[in-house]
Amino acid sequence: MKSLHLVVTAVTGLLLVLGSLDMPDTGDRRSPPATNVSPRYIESGFKETAVPNMVTAVLADYRSFDTLGEVTVIFTGALAVLLILRSGREEEDS
Amino acid sequence: MNPEPQDLIVRTVCRRLAPFIQLFGLYVIMHGHSSPGGGFQGGVILAASFILLTLAEGAEMVQRRFSAATLTVFMSAGVLLYAGIGVVCLVLGANYLDYGVLPFLEPRSVGMLVIEIGVGSTVMAAMLSIFRDLLTF
Repeated sequence: MKSLHLVVTAVTGLLLVLGSLDMPDTGDRRSPPATNVSPRYIESGFKETAVPNMVTAVLADYRSFDTLGEVTVIFTGALAVLLILRSGREEEDS
Repeated sequence: MNPEPQDLIVRTVCRRLAPFIQLFGLYVIMHGHSSPGGGFQGGVILAASFILLTLAEGAEMVQRRFSAATLTVFMSAGVLLYAGIGVVCLVLGANYLDYGVLPFLEPRSVGMLVIEIGVGSTVMAAMLSIFRDLLTF
């Protein structure tokens, strides 16, 4: 059973590495994101959102769903940690 | 882990310092849309100020000020605020989290501010409640 886990982990890792080989280089100006969405954010970001901080405009407006997911992950993670920490313990304080 | 109260100098300095750290944390949250910062960073700064106070004053302080239930409420309220503003946009006739329809002068700016507050609340409460539980672990 343990060797099966190892095989599954190795295969998944290999697939992920293979997938990442096709990613465009960091800072590549001809990559699809740099030619499509980035100019759009830079040109019309302030006009559309009236927010001078472009990073926040992308993070909290254009990709708000993503940030909602991040917050949910933090919430869920904290809940899991709290459940583990409180699991073997009597409820002595509220 | 159960920090004892430190001596007078450490306690006084931490108590004087904490309000400024908290003010800075609120500033980072409120100005997230016009300068570097935002809910994640501001929430951590706010939580760090309370952790500093706890390390100086002893574990009792944070346990007295924040009950586990209060922190859980703050934690959930942040996510609820974030998701709720999306539902408000939905009710007003736009897409989920499309702040353009909110009835404010600069609706997108306000929408972002609200979700940053939600994020800050969740992050602060999550950090603090994990810290609080580790104290009594």
